[in-house]
Amino acid sequence: MIDIDDSLPETPSRRHPVRSPWLAEIVERREEARDIFTLRLRLCREAARSRYRFQPGQFNMLYLFGVGEVPISIVSDPEDEALLDHTIRVVGRVTRGLAQLRAGDRLGIRGPFGRGWPVQAAEGRDVMVITGGLGCAPSVSVIDYIARRRERFGHLTIMQGVKHHHDLLWRERYEAWGRQPGTTVLLAADQGGPVWPWHVGPVTGLFDQAPVSPGRTVAMLCGPEGMMQAVVRELRARGVADRDIWLSMERNMHCAVGLCGHCQFGPHFVCRNGPVFPLAEIADLFGVRGI
Amino acid sequence: MNPRPPAAPRLRVAVHKFTSCDGCQLAFLNLGEQLLELAERVDLVHFAEAGPVDPDAAVDIAFVEGSISTPEEVERIGRIRRASRYLITLGACATAGGIQALRNFADGDAWLRSLYARPETIRSLATVTPIARHVKVDWELWGCPVSGRQVLAAITSLLAGVTPRAEEDKLCLACKRGQAVCVMVARGEPCMGPVTRTGCGALCPRFGRACYGCYGPAENVNTRSHSRCLAGLGLAPEAVRARYHFITSQAPAFLAAGNSAQDDVT
Amino acid sequence: MNDDTTQGKRGEDKGAAEDGAAVFLERDALQTLLALLQSGGYRLVGPQVRDGAIVYETLGGAEQLPRGWHDEQAPGRYRLHYDPASPRLFAWANGPQALKPLVFAPRELLWEAHRDETGNLRFQDCLPSGERIAVIGVRACDLAALALQDAHFLEGPFPDAAYHRRRTGLFLVAVDCSHPAETCFCAATGDGPRVEAGKGAAWDLRLQELEAGFLVEAGSRAGAAYLARLPARAATEAERAAALAQAQAAVARQTRRLPAPGPSAGAPCHDAAGLAGALTARHDHPHWHDVAQRCLACGNCTAVCPTCFCAGDEEVPDLAGTASRHYRQWDSCFTAAHSYIHGIVIRAETRHRYRQWLTHKLDTWHAQYGRSGCVGCGRCITWCPAGIDLTAEAEALVP
Repeated sequence: MIDIDDSLPETPSRRHPVRSPWLAEIVERREEARDIFTLRLRLCREAARSRYRFQPGQFNMLYLFGVGEVPISIVSDPEDEALLDHTIRVVGRVTRGLAQLRAGDRLGIRGPFGRGWPVQAAEGRDVMVITGGLGCAPSVSVIDYIARRRERFGHLTIMQGVKHHHDLLWRERYEAWGRQPGTTVLLAADQGGPVWPWHVGPVTGLFDQAPVSPGRTVAMLCGPEGMMQAVVRELRARGVADRDIWLSMERNMHCAVGLCGHCQFGPHFVCRNGPVFPLAEIADLFGVRGI
Repeated sequence: MNPRPPAAPRLRVAVHKFTSCDGCQLAFLNLGEQLLELAERVDLVHFAEAGPVDPDAAVDIAFVEGSISTPEEVERIGRIRRASRYLITLGACATAGGIQALRNFADGDAWLRSLYARPETIRSLATVTPIARHVKVDWELWGCPVSGRQVLAAITSLLAGVTPRAEEDKLCLACKRGQAVCVMVARGEPCMGPVTRTGCGALCPRFGRACYGCYGPAENVNTRSHSRCLAGLGLAPEAVRARYHFITSQAPAFLAAGNSAQDDVT
Repeated sequence: MNDDTTQGKRGEDKGAAEDGAAVFLERDALQTLLALLQSGGYRLVGPQVRDGAIVYETLGGAEQLPRGWHDEQAPGRYRLHYDPASPRLFAWANGPQALKPLVFAPRELLWEAHRDETGNLRFQDCLPSGERIAVIGVRACDLAALALQDAHFLEGPFPDAAYHRRRTGLFLVAVDCSHPAETCFCAATGDGPRVEAGKGAAWDLRLQELEAGFLVEAGSRAGAAYLARLPARAATEAERAAALAQAQAAVARQTRRLPAPGPSAGAPCHDAAGLAGALTARHDHPHWHDVAQRCLACGNCTAVCPTCFCAGDEEVPDLAGTASRHYRQWDSCFTAAHSYIHGIVIRAETRHRYRQWLTHKLDTWHAQYGRSGCVGCGRCITWCPAGIDLTAEAEALVP
């Protein structure tokens, strides 16, 4: 006798032991920038929709028929559980194939996976969301989460850096967040231009304008590791403790449930123990080349 | 949801031959039933070995077998490149020179004079070169011959609108997955597996024979250490060199490894 | 395992017998056990000589066991020798593989996707058959490794269905290792060479091979049921003494060990903190560069390691575009693909890959599973074509 349920999957992440994806349909496809697009997905089965709950910062494995899976963070607000947005950059085989899908096409979803942003721990405190490049995508859901529960949080500072001013996604969204009370939006581009009214230079150049209060500020970082290292140096210099600095890490993932071994980062399985880590948990590994 | 048939547009495919033994085309033909299934999804517009002949046709995918050995071939590969959306080399000759590239290490003219009654009728280039030395190659399929599985995988990927999946791990991983006993460790055979690209399913080692490297170099090879391992198994430096300068001698990593074999093992 | 041990955790009643409970079985009577297991519905898998090595494959009967064969192992070298005068069936140390391929398949189908003419998709999970396999001659190191694989594949928040199904079908006939190889160091890691109750994965029967036959004991109810049907007699004092002497000799024969720095020095590595933290702290040690000069990054060490668990997914669509199969197969941290993310290979250099392997195995495994990931089987030493010895490398890093 074995306690395996052979029936077809209902919940891809439930205990024991479903592996194949859920069916999802593309409700909308938006072109965000060159080689960056957003797929708005809806789980096809009612049973799947009713079970699906995610936290800001978690991710899904998206499956493209005949090609394979890729981990993509969930951009949408957790309250919009019926619709799941995934903003994707074309970088590899699967994402190139996903880019060719259109509304009405179907794909597979497994998820949600991993540890998201520390929204509970951040309640009552100032929050800094500091991102670089497409690192802004995994942070959108946490910004929206805070924006909808504004009274539970202190000051919200959003800092986003891009290489070229053309690379900025969601300009209107940033401008709308910036109009909210108690919110500061600071943008930076390494290469600005005539239509770039914000800072020119690295995102760390924004700290002069950003209120940081040690003990009160919780920082959430997402972006290339080099950028996050530079930001960590600034935050530490301003007295923010490692336990208050949270980073969304990225590693190769196949299974997303801590079995396949690809995402190991020291002792951590990024898919399961992360992708969001407090710096205090990974301080001895963070920034070390080749780990 | 919008009804949308899964069938992708039919791709036009050509298979061209350059200096080669035709073995890779045969690997294609040996797909048997799958070849018929393939014909359902693509138009094989030029494949002389299989029937259709239209060498100048514009195509989506040109598979090219063989290396460049003659002035005529230099001119022809340029025309094929211009008429093709993707160009994929098919096998060791097209990708890394093949066996005929061994003449790059010898006096080819002397060979010509000793083998042919009228050597002046032969027009060949001074060296044998892979296709990529002449035109842009979009994808490379290695092996002597190629594996039908890889050819199909490349086509199904392109049909799905994505690039073929890279297979560049060392052969040892496939060998161990197949539960083969390592011929290098258990029998002292001079196996090229630790530096050779996977794809063949570890065919030779699973039949007790050392890999001879026909899939060319894997990613991140340590040929210097491997040369020393071979020397440790009793191979003379010249024999180590010959292991690298064989079927895929024009692959840069193997060309360099053969050239430095003497220094590496002493 | 089997119908006698299905209520609850794997083999909770296994490996419980007292050392003194062993009985004596003539060597020729081993065939009786094998026949009983076969008639009990088990496929037998056991050691036999194939292609110059002792490998675990489907076993027809005791006559296929490697009677009289001995192995000689050294870094990067494995040879078999035959001694027609030797009656022993298990007078050798482990070959390249044993239990791992039986539970963590080298390649298996996880699920299939089907696409109909409207573009709709349907997914189907695929599971192995749940075959019952009796493995003959399992060594202590592999029982320790099995326990580690169990911890990884079954005891986390997402237990693996395929592993679970294969694992529940196992009946384990263990044998004490009487002839460790030169590359073995299970005594130093505390995992062998003796099979002991309560250490490593639970077993059903345990054999100790002597010149004339076996001391046998049961470690589970199922094992006891089979043992009761065997033509065994009580073991003599002399037989027990011979087994003990043999076990002590097997320990004494081992020369390699892993460094055990700090206050835990001298203790078996997996009991103590071992190298936990020690290799992570030495991530920039120049020796990583030194070993990378020799390492072929071929992944053989990870493939033969009985605890390595990395697997990569591979999608194989059919030509017609109507079905696609999702496989997983053994992968290795020595490949570029293992650490690839969007155009970047995080561990592009061999020194980073070797560091990942050794650091995970000996250091960060402690944080993940409460002990070292090394069981001292020495396979990675023997089957490394370049003869790299992890005990020597660890010693160079943590003298």
